[in-house]
Amino acid sequence: MAKVAIATRQPAHAGKSLGGHGVSLKVLEPASRMSLRARPAAVAALSKAIGVTLPEKPKSSAVKAGRTVLWLGPDEWLVIDEAGGDPIGDCASVKGLHSAVDVSHRNVGIAVIGPNAADTINAGCPQDLSLAAFPVGAASRTVLGKVEMVLLRTGEDAFRLECWRSFSDYVWGFLSEAARDG
Amino acid sequence: MLLIHCPYCEEERPELEFRNAGEAHIARSTNIAAESDEDFEKFFFIRSNPKGVIFERWRHIHGCARFFNAARDTITDRFLLTYKAGEPKPDLEKLKADGGPAAWANRPPDQLNEKPKAKRSTKGEA
Ligand SMILES: [Zn+2]
Repeated sequence: MAKVAIATRQPAHAGKSLGGHGVSLKVLEPASRMSLRARPAAVAALSKAIGVTLPEKPKSSAVKAGRTVLWLGPDEWLVIDEAGGDPIGDCASVKGLHSAVDVSHRNVGIAVIGPNAADTINAGCPQDLSLAAFPVGAASRTVLGKVEMVLLRTGEDAFRLECWRSFSDYVWGFLSEAARDG
Repeated sequence: MLLIHCPYCEEERPELEFRNAGEAHIARSTNIAAESDEDFEKFFFIRSNPKGVIFERWRHIHGCARFFNAARDTITDRFLLTYKAGEPKPDLEKLKADGGPAAWANRPPDQLNEKPKAKRSTKGEA
């Protein structure tokens, strides 16, 4: 009888963490991620199916029961599910025209936490990360050094940074250096 | 660094998030196969390249990813106005008359998100 080969997925930088001056970095656990595109007509039905009202305000996010929806553009959202759910499956029954693409393993999530978190990110991100301009819950696609990232403020001193897996070496290195400079 | 107002994000964002996408308001022929070579050349290659105000397409590529249009002064690099794709070309004369710090780059941080004040009517004033 043939043996069943089971491939184990090894997330990039799994389990890495680093403590700096007033900031700590931690590579986050794998999560389900969905890139969602939809016109206004389908937004209500998709919100219902996902269980989170899709935010329509620029630079905002919504969170409910381990599922975070980030506004990326007028018809584009990033859904991150950390509760083991299946956002793609949830959207399958929605009739309205939309595009739901599983990008779970495209991204690596990194938590940047501590009083120097904003300064550490600002080492490579030109956005104003003051609490007034980028309050808790604010979310935006933007840049870090030479690469694109998605940034979510999860607390006054806490950010979740999402970058493409192939950029994660660069991002981890960049943040580590910035954290040391703190 | 220039701060560019994205009409979709409804705020100013750093220029590193944007990419220029050439001159705006260049209409593609609805029957391009019937275009003469001369007309196609005009459409495809010839750009106004003015010294002064130019209308350009920009893309907030590392932000909301939208294309939008902007009126920019090629001498000062000042953005006079940005507006959503599909909206009509603004009146150049009116833009010149309004002038003002449209890029808002020198405003204090707490005023960065203020909308420009409507031009006051000068009718009846001495
Ligand atoms: Zn934008």
